[in-house]
Amino acid sequence: MNLFADAFAWILNPGNWEGRNSIPQFIGEHLWYTALAMILASAIAIPLGWYIGHTGRGRDIAVATTGAARALPSFGLLFLFVMIGGVANRDSSVVIVLALLAIPPILAGAYAGFEAIDRRVIDAARSMGMTERQIVARIEIPLGLPLLWGGLRNAVLQVVATVVLVGFVRNATLGYPIVQGIQINRFDQMLGASILIIVLALLLDAIFALLERYATPAGVRVGRTRDHRTSSTRRRAAGGATPASTEKEKSV
Amino acid sequence: MTWLLDNVELIGRLTGEHLRLSAIPIVLGFVLSIPLGWVAYRYRLTRGLILTLVGLLYTIPSLALFVLLPAIIGTPFLSEANVVIALTIYAVAIMSRSVADALGSVDPDVKQAATAIGYSSFRRFWAVDFPLAGPVVLAGLRVVAVSTVSLLTIGAAIGIDTLGYLFTNGYQRGIIVSVLTGVVVTVVIALVLDRVLVVIGRALMPWTRASSRSERSGVTRAFTTARKMPEAVS
Repeated sequence: MNLFADAFAWILNPGNWEGRNSIPQFIGEHLWYTALAMILASAIAIPLGWYIGHTGRGRDIAVATTGAARALPSFGLLFLFVMIGGVANRDSSVVIVLALLAIPPILAGAYAGFEAIDRRVIDAARSMGMTERQIVARIEIPLGLPLLWGGLRNAVLQVVATVVLVGFVRNATLGYPIVQGIQINRFDQMLGASILIIVLALLLDAIFALLERYATPAGVRVGRTRDHRTSSTRRRAAGGATPASTEKEKSV
Repeated sequence: MTWLLDNVELIGRLTGEHLRLSAIPIVLGFVLSIPLGWVAYRYRLTRGLILTLVGLLYTIPSLALFVLLPAIIGTPFLSEANVVIALTIYAVAIMSRSVADALGSVDPDVKQAATAIGYSSFRRFWAVDFPLAGPVVLAGLRVVAVSTVSLLTIGAAIGIDTLGYLFTNGYQRGIIVSVLTGVVVTVVIALVLDRVLVVIGRALMPWTRASSRSERSGVTRAFTTARKMPEAVS
């Protein structure tokens, strides 16, 4: 356990908490890249996913790309984009790669959330005279939220793990102490940074798990209790093993 | 182009290493997750426990796990065992959930019928439950295979010879072709492995052929099977 003692000594060393290349700076950069990538990916994937979910158009393409994206090695993609983009644009290249990795899970969560809704609910809304716009805004979006949050949760997990690799192309993020540690053979620094990364990932995952559970409308939460009398051929929005919640992705 | 021709031997060697190192976690993950998945499926208490634990392990970023493992189990820092064990952990994390869901997807009537005609519970598991759970298990295994091949490249970060070497080395020396080749070969291996699993699955589970939907990627498969799973699963 000596290694862990050294690692915690590195984490707790006051010298590592101030100035340039300090732990708070690394954590801040880590969260900054994560946030930028998530915002960019959400801005693209959520509207697109909702469109696919509502109209059913392009679903096959979306499913196929989501599947193929899993095979892409994020490590190589990161280097490739940074090299193509050039040194001056490193930051934009990094954010673009991270966003590309986050898009498939968010997209899947968005359209799966719409598709998981009991068709009869939508038929009922339509027969009550709701316009398509109202159906999307008042029925599909709220009812699809649990799966969308599930998709966002998978995406943030993926991004926060990939940001570690950013340490190879920038002297930034919690990945940098690991990369530097490998070069100068400082195991305490590598292990300490790894522990911080794990804590950060677990915390973010926990926050998104809570959001997934509580940021959904009360009516949807009530729907969680399974009603056997009206078992339909389609899954209910908030029901158990829905596609996006059983599907976790890992590419980093 | 000249780089490619000059380094055919290196690419071949790394591809071989990559295949060898990715085969171990895939096979180990499959074998280990059968008992784990069964325990998770069988008892409510262990289900929550196991699925939460694997969920947490899965959250750990791979590079951090590669560094963490030597400190926990005492392997040398540059040992390929770290990468293999880390990827096995991820494989088990995906597969045990898959196996638990798969076993839950088996029609209870069929199980009762098997018990009624005299199967012992052990024999029923291997002769009835597990084969019928096969398609969903296969969907999980395909996800594991593809993500293992892709994740293994990060092993190059701690000096393990995988296709990821083409990334780190290519980046340091500014050879885009090297990085691009690495990405392409990794994707090709992943897709070929996925196909191989489909073919094996079709040979082992001939009854799925009649009902098999059009050929799609592992994710689609997992998606559609998850969707088709009966209410009993959640």
